[in-house]
Amino acid sequence: MAVDFDLTVVWAFIIAFAVFAYVVMDGFDLGIGILFPSFAVGSERDRAMNSIAPVWDGNETWLVLGGGGLFAAFPLAYAVILPATYPLIIAMLLGLVFRGVAFEFRWRDPAHRRVWDFAFTGGSLLAAMAQGMTLGALLQGIEVVDRAYAGSWFDWFTPYTLLTGIGTVAGYALLGACWLVWKLDGQAQAHARTLAKRAAWATFLLMGCVSIYNLGLRPEYADRWLSAPEIYYAAPVPILTGLVALALLRALSVERHSKPFWLSLALFLLGMAGLGVTMWPYVVPPGLTIWDVAAPERSQVFMLIGVAITMPLIIAYTAWAYWVFRGKVADEGYH
Amino acid sequence: MFDGFDALLLARIQFAFTVSFHFIFPAFSIGLASYLMVLEGLWLKTGKQLYLDLFKYWLKIFAIAFAMGVVSGIVMSYQFGTNWSVFSDRAGPVIGPLMAYEVLTAFFLEAGFLGVMLFGMNKVGKGLHFAATCMVAFGTFVSAFWILSVNSWMQTPVGFEMGANGEFLPGPSWWDIVFNPSFPYRLVHTVLAAYLTTAFVVGGVGAWHLLKDRTNAHARTIFSMAMWMAALVVPIQIFAGDMHGLNTLEHQPVKVMAMEGHYESHPDGAPLYLFGIPNDKEQRLDYAVGIPKASSLILKHDLDAPLAGLDKVPDDEQPPVAIVFWSFRVMVGIGFLMLGVGLWSLLARWRGKLYDWRWLHRAALVLGPSGFVAVIAGWITTEVGRQPWVVYGLLRTADAASPLDAPAVGASLLAFVVVYFAVFGVGTWYILRLMKASPQTGEKGVKRTEKGPVRTAGITPGPTQNPGRDPDALPSSDEEATDGR
Ligand code: HDD
Ligand code: HEM
Ligand code: HEM
Repeated sequence: MAVDFDLTVVWAFIIAFAVFAYVVMDGFDLGIGILFPSFAVGSERDRAMNSIAPVWDGNETWLVLGGGGLFAAFPLAYAVILPATYPLIIAMLLGLVFRGVAFEFRWRDPAHRRVWDFAFTGGSLLAAMAQGMTLGALLQGIEVVDRAYAGSWFDWFTPYTLLTGIGTVAGYALLGACWLVWKLDGQAQAHARTLAKRAAWATFLLMGCVSIYNLGLRPEYADRWLSAPEIYYAAPVPILTGLVALALLRALSVERHSKPFWLSLALFLLGMAGLGVTMWPYVVPPGLTIWDVAAPERSQVFMLIGVAITMPLIIAYTAWAYWVFRGKVADEGYH
Repeated sequence: MFDGFDALLLARIQFAFTVSFHFIFPAFSIGLASYLMVLEGLWLKTGKQLYLDLFKYWLKIFAIAFAMGVVSGIVMSYQFGTNWSVFSDRAGPVIGPLMAYEVLTAFFLEAGFLGVMLFGMNKVGKGLHFAATCMVAFGTFVSAFWILSVNSWMQTPVGFEMGANGEFLPGPSWWDIVFNPSFPYRLVHTVLAAYLTTAFVVGGVGAWHLLKDRTNAHARTIFSMAMWMAALVVPIQIFAGDMHGLNTLEHQPVKVMAMEGHYESHPDGAPLYLFGIPNDKEQRLDYAVGIPKASSLILKHDLDAPLAGLDKVPDDEQPPVAIVFWSFRVMVGIGFLMLGVGLWSLLARWRGKLYDWRWLHRAALVLGPSGFVAVIAGWITTEVGRQPWVVYGLLRTADAASPLDAPAVGASLLAFVVVYFAVFGVGTWYILRLMKASPQTGEKGVKRTEKGPVRTAGITPGPTQNPGRDPDALPSSDEEATDGR
């Protein structure tokens, strides 16, 4: 079979899509977890939880696709990144255990509901922080010798990764708050809107800091952003980000319902684009490009067939599941 | 703290621990999803309230088990990279795509329809809701299909080519890889195992409520259904296990030697050892009690067929015999106990005493959790029996591990142990509490909003609190508003 387009690039985009889908979908429900302590015990918390209970499992499945897809399409990247960020990955997984079970357990044990609410928040926070720090660890570069990670098990811990971790927490909180603005009404919605504004400012600030830090992080990153001709492709990203940020603040100050959520998605999309500009074509900076780590063509073709057939169906029934639970979450009798 | 330990051993313990814990939940949810499908189907067909009650009763239990299966499963999908990175790099091109197919065809399906199955009964029509239940059940089966294909390929690797860095690269036919020689056997045996595990749990719960009140109509129904499964499926499972063993003899004879405790070769008819203490150092089975020539009869269908023993296998290619020998006997022993209960229930049914024989109910109650023990014992047989290989005959477990320091692996192992026992222990307790309450007429489903005084989960007001209700009608929507569902 003659393949005249580069399958490895196609796969890089598929994985990027899976990661993006994960970040925004699980992002908003992790964000709700992060903001949970600020909601009033009782109906406000219950409604926040109800707004994501039917969809969280589907959202998290994108993480399995991101990880599983990386394993399948770029096995060497998977084999290098995970040992290099080992404690972060384990922390994320444990965080996800706590928050995942909290969805069911809090209803089963009203006497200890607070304990599970706490597990929900703690787990969400831990997972978000670990994900952000993993991204930072990747960007700052991973030492590879002979197809294996060659550093020690705490190399990832730096001020930069702390910054990316906190940035991710803020970003997820923004997504979560905007989701609630959409799904709630009345007093609870007003509360969510206030939270969204705060989270938005925090996100802008931290996104800005990370972007500036990036320029100094590795010399090649600054080249990609600041020298011609790359700058012509790269410049629209920060400009659009600024515009989206303004629109988001406006949408939050007038009484909009779904618009802030869509704008915060756009913000994440631009963040992803910026990440692409910074890293492309490396998956594991500084040494490994997507072609260095790619699975053989036979694996790529086989999976591409699967993706081509199933992805439209997955998107269709996922959309249907969201549609079934559309509308504001009422105080009671939701399900 | 973990400096004295070997990182490899810790990584193996970690994998064995996390995957064994994970498998407990799918073993239950694969069976329970299908059972829910049957219950809902019966309700739609007969319109009987009883089936709807049972559906909702088991749905609450399913929701908890499923959530635990999902979170422990996500851990598994990262274990390969964190702890077995060399294995991931080498085998990724072959098994990665199969696992990606699992995500695409199974996990999304389950997760996508789970929300509707759990909370959507009043949001979509009955038909669509049933379709969602079917999709979830089908998804659990597809999941088992792919992951067992992966595992079977590691046991009986075929259809690959070797790459320059020692990677396994896919050959021309994916069909050969997916349907590798041990896969069909493993799939049948494991899926039946999941059905049986669930059947015995359901039977145990039915028996418990019958022991308290033998007129309990709900308990009678589930007990009877479970006992049909026991009577009909256990014999099939034993047959499938036997076929699986013959297949293993063909492809992994050393594993069978360990299962049978055959340290020495038997040129004319090997005995079937029922008991013995494997002694790896002396390479013999102490205190052996066996039936002469029976092993040759089972494995070769010939009393005098010669069977080679571990004396023909180099020491560094032998699995630890004691673990394999005993875990195999635990599994087979439970299989025959299950068979006993199945036959007993047939006798009771024939005499019209299915709901009256207390000892039958007690036996079913005791065997309630036995499926879990059997599946874990079965997996230990399988996985320990293939040691020291991770890709059989080609890649040693010792060469597959990540370049990690023992403290990192040890600390994470400790964290998994503590968190799993705490979280899944509590979850199991919630499940047991739901099971303790008898299914009720007008059973409620998975509640999201709890109004009014807090009730013990599952103990919901009986029909008296719903005066004038037509038992066969769908819950009306204004009732929804006050009750959740
Ligand atoms: C309810 C659970 C259950 C029950 C009652 C049995 N098994 Fe089993 N067995 C399993 C659940 C299981 C399993 C968990 O599904 C395993 C682990 C890996 C696999 O393929 O299936 C397994 C593995 C397994 C293997 C190992 C195959 C290999 O690793 O290559 C053999 C030979 C048998 N079984 C044979 C039997 C026999 C002869 C049984 C008759 C009583 C039996 N099993 C009952
Ligand atoms: C879900 C049921 C399973 C159980 C209970 C189970 C159990 C075990 C056990 C007990 C070990 C330790 C063996 C030893 O170190 O002596 C092990 C190892 C391992 N298993 Fe499985 N296993 C299961 C399924 C799988 C599947 C589906 C795969 C592949 C996709 C797999 C791949 C491995 C690997 C890579 C190891 C580590 C290497 C090794 O120690 O052999 N297992 N498993
Ligand atoms: C090492 C091997 C395994 C890995 C990496 C793994 C991975 C996973 C993951 C990531 C999930 C969560 C999916 C979601 O987000 O919905 C999951 C759930 C599930 N897995 Fe596993 N799994 C393994 C072994 C097995 C085995 C051996 C079986 C069955 C034979 C199995 C059957 C299931 C099923 C049915 C579910 C759905 C959740 C549930 O029913 O509890 N898995 N697994």
